[in-house]
Amino acid sequence: MAAGATYEPIGTTTLGSATGTVTFSSISQSYTDLILISSIKSNNANTSSLLFELNGVNSGSLYSGTMIYGSGSAKGSNRTSSLNYGLILRNGGLSANTAITQPFITHFMNYSNTTNFKTVISRNNVDDVVAGIDVCLWRSTAAITSIRIFAQTNDFAIGSTFTLYGIAAA
Amino acid sequence: MANTYTLIEAKTLTTTAASVTFTSIPQTYTDLLLKFSCRSTSTAGADIYANLKIQFNSDTGNNYTGQLVFGLGSGSGGAGTYTSQAGNLFSYANGNVTTASTFSSGELYIPNYTSNNQKSSSVDCVVENNATSGFVEVAAERWSGTSAITTIDLVSIYGSHTADSTFYLYGIKNS
Repeated sequence: MAAGATYEPIGTTTLGSATGTVTFSSISQSYTDLILISSIKSNNANTSSLLFELNGVNSGSLYSGTMIYGSGSAKGSNRTSSLNYGLILRNGGLSANTAITQPFITHFMNYSNTTNFKTVISRNNVDDVVAGIDVCLWRSTAAITSIRIFAQTNDFAIGSTFTLYGIAAA
Repeated sequence: MANTYTLIEAKTLTTTAASVTFTSIPQTYTDLLLKFSCRSTSTAGADIYANLKIQFNSDTGNNYTGQLVFGLGSGSGGAGTYTSQAGNLFSYANGNVTTASTFSSGELYIPNYTSNNQKSSSVDCVVENNATSGFVEVAAERWSGTSAITTIDLVSIYGSHTADSTFYLYGIKNS
């Protein structure tokens, strides 16, 4: 990588048909952090949670997470552990409103590190349901080479976009 | 190498201003990111913060909705929602009752700003203060307009932006 080059797009997907899952694979190990910008429209009038799995790992209960949220006048925090997937947005927070686009900004810190467990921080923006931050721990020292993002009970509509950026510290 | 995180325009105020406007925003990026550091002349009540109103394409109609959660440094914080407002409301400046020379920090992220969808955005903002209270909030906001965003106005609802307030607009490209 050229000196000074950072915030580089690694991959981008604009859905041409509805689907419930999007995967980035063979992720370059040349960066320090990853940022996933997801701009999601629901395909049908069902709410859903928004989940991810790393390196195809969906067993072993290696994921846990904590969130803070505001929803109308309600606010609070939630915590879940021993999951087989990571949480970007929980409790059916994806809107059933098919007219709106819901942006999520998800940071994968030190993703290529092979010593530490991986922390994922997501800013959630569903303006008719919830605003909040979800933090997830993946208890694995493996470098992240693939990310699958998926809806628990819904599909992403045509036009939803997902872009993965690499952030280089040097 | 693609240049994907590009400064479109920087504004540093040299005197107070009721609003700051970015116009003729290029349509060549995928997303926009606005970073701001600002303070208000407002001394309204005991509030340590003053609201900023963000409007797109000079739309002053009641076409903005949003949701937020916040903390004030004690207690359990709060949450709120708004509908049919004349601007996105949940960005904040330090009020003039806060510690001198202290400016809020915040950012507004707008994905797919050239699309023909309603425009949803994300706001993170803090107001720090060397006193009992501080303020931190995250918000989800939406403008129901379906035109590409070409103009952004940041209006100080109470008082004006003070000198030395800064506003940086970046364009981010996905290719």
